[in-house]
Amino acid sequence: MTDKVLMKGNEAFAETAIRAGCGYYFGYPITPQSEIPEYMARELDRRGGAFLQAESELGAVNMAYGAGAAGGSVFISSSSPGIALMQEGLSFLCCAGVPATVLNVSRCGPGIGGIQPGQADYFQATRGGGNGDYHVFVFAPDRLQEAVDLIYEAPLIADRYRNPVMILADGMLGQMMEPIVLPEQRPLIKPADIPAYKPWTVTGKADRGGKRNVVQSLYMQPEDLSRHVEEMYANYTRAEKELARYEADGLEGAEIVFVAFGTTARLCRETIELLGDRGVKAGLIRPVSLWPFPYRAFDEVGPDTKAVVSVELSMGQMMEDVKIGVNGRKPVRLIHRVGGLVPTSVEVMDEAIAILEGI
Amino acid sequence: MKPIFTITEGMLPVSTSYCPGCTHGISHRIVMECLDEAGKLGEAIGVAPIGCSVVSHQFMNVDMLESAHGRAPAVATGIRRVHPDKVIFTYQGDGDLASIGMSEIIHAANRGETFTTFFINNAIYGMTGGQMAPTTLVGQKSTTSPDGRDPGAVGMPMRMSELIASLDGAVYVERVALDTPAHVRQAKKAVAAALEIQEKRLGFTFVEFLSTCPTNWGLTPANALKFVEEKLIPYYPLGVFKTPERKEEAV
Repeated sequence: MTDKVLMKGNEAFAETAIRAGCGYYFGYPITPQSEIPEYMARELDRRGGAFLQAESELGAVNMAYGAGAAGGSVFISSSSPGIALMQEGLSFLCCAGVPATVLNVSRCGPGIGGIQPGQADYFQATRGGGNGDYHVFVFAPDRLQEAVDLIYEAPLIADRYRNPVMILADGMLGQMMEPIVLPEQRPLIKPADIPAYKPWTVTGKADRGGKRNVVQSLYMQPEDLSRHVEEMYANYTRAEKELARYEADGLEGAEIVFVAFGTTARLCRETIELLGDRGVKAGLIRPVSLWPFPYRAFDEVGPDTKAVVSVELSMGQMMEDVKIGVNGRKPVRLIHRVGGLVPTSVEVMDEAIAILEGI
Repeated sequence: MKPIFTITEGMLPVSTSYCPGCTHGISHRIVMECLDEAGKLGEAIGVAPIGCSVVSHQFMNVDMLESAHGRAPAVATGIRRVHPDKVIFTYQGDGDLASIGMSEIIHAANRGETFTTFFINNAIYGMTGGQMAPTTLVGQKSTTSPDGRDPGAVGMPMRMSELIASLDGAVYVERVALDTPAHVRQAKKAVAAALEIQEKRLGFTFVEFLSTCPTNWGLTPANALKFVEEKLIPYYPLGVFKTPERKEEAV
């Protein structure tokens, strides 16, 4: 059964997580994503799962670690400062190889910042906000349907790689309404089925005929830790090949190429039309995965392109990856707003024309 | 011929890495013996803390996972949601539980989470090298209270069993000590009682062990046991603070 419905972003995210088979949700209120724990409180237990309001985001991510290590399919959500508190747990989840689906409905920072949309969690998400060598896989939808599809796929990716997957959706997506098609309900895994499906989990050793499982992230011998981190990175190298995703539009013959994710990508599409009306051909590279970043997309940028412009609701965090992708072949510039401000498509057009005139 | 003593299958046949005179070995063995005697070794899931006993999974012969500093009760809470039928415990020291993990332990107890917490109180941080803990006694010297704990500056030592017992979600709270054979026998009874009550899923169960740290106390193993008797027990009274039958008598 597939339903086409008009839903608010946060409620669509929560419903999709349930349909994706995430039977365990641990949440804490924070704007602009509080509708998610509210939705889970209403829905999850009566549909066979378990909802719990944690004492803090630290509590929530560690409950997710426990439930995930015990074989449950877990979903957690928060917004920027709350995700900051979860970084300790994300480092543990990655090192211990515990899958989870994590949603950041991001707002602006730093500090308490503001509750308006922002994209300044880019470094936090893609560089690893916690300690040590690790990555979470990060996907950034620009519309609700894509967010639904990605949240539905996330637990499969998390299980396949035994690593957390983060959906980075800014506050605009969380609060907007769009028609979406919801996916079918995946069955929630039963405790008795966990040992067969996830034989590495801690479920009591009787489930394995007395063979003991330990989920750990401490390696006191340098050689052991070195081996473990190298193995994690072999997994990440595979992910870089298999998970890098992007959309590219109108790159051929484009004078200017915008790079944007999430809300700003929607904006850039409008700007591209406005520029077209003025006789300026513009293209768009929209990274769908932020880690792994789709660097190869920039190989498609052609000889007519005079500038590659990163459009961001941050001080230019993604621009660092754009520069790596462009690799010196073109000038790279930034159009940005922070503090919760969002530029209009006309403003982006004016700044783009000024960039072209200045090159 | 029937053997009069066998080592529990709950302990792996390896030497522990704990210091001479440390009582972790005793509390590990008591917990594992009780699980073994209840036939629950195969059903048990343990959560190790940060501290000396982060390596307890190398000695306890059950499924285990390591948790971040103080977070073990949150981790166990998550496990319980997935496995309503298993035996779940956390094993935590005083820095882990009463300082950095205060939020997690209090909220887990208050929710009446149906796992058991074994709390090792030796009044000092062990693994990091003898710093002051929330449970360090007044006047007790540590590397971060070199002149002795000054309650005017850092407050009085915290009595966790009494604090936990004041919460409605906690149904069994007992403080025991590991300084004498009689106290060790009582400690085992407390562990068995807590695990039995966990089986009934009545609420949160908590056993505090007054333990030693000869290395960081700067005492011989024998004098460390004396320190438990003469210093710790007078400030941290032994006994049952709460049982399901005597809830109203909570401190």
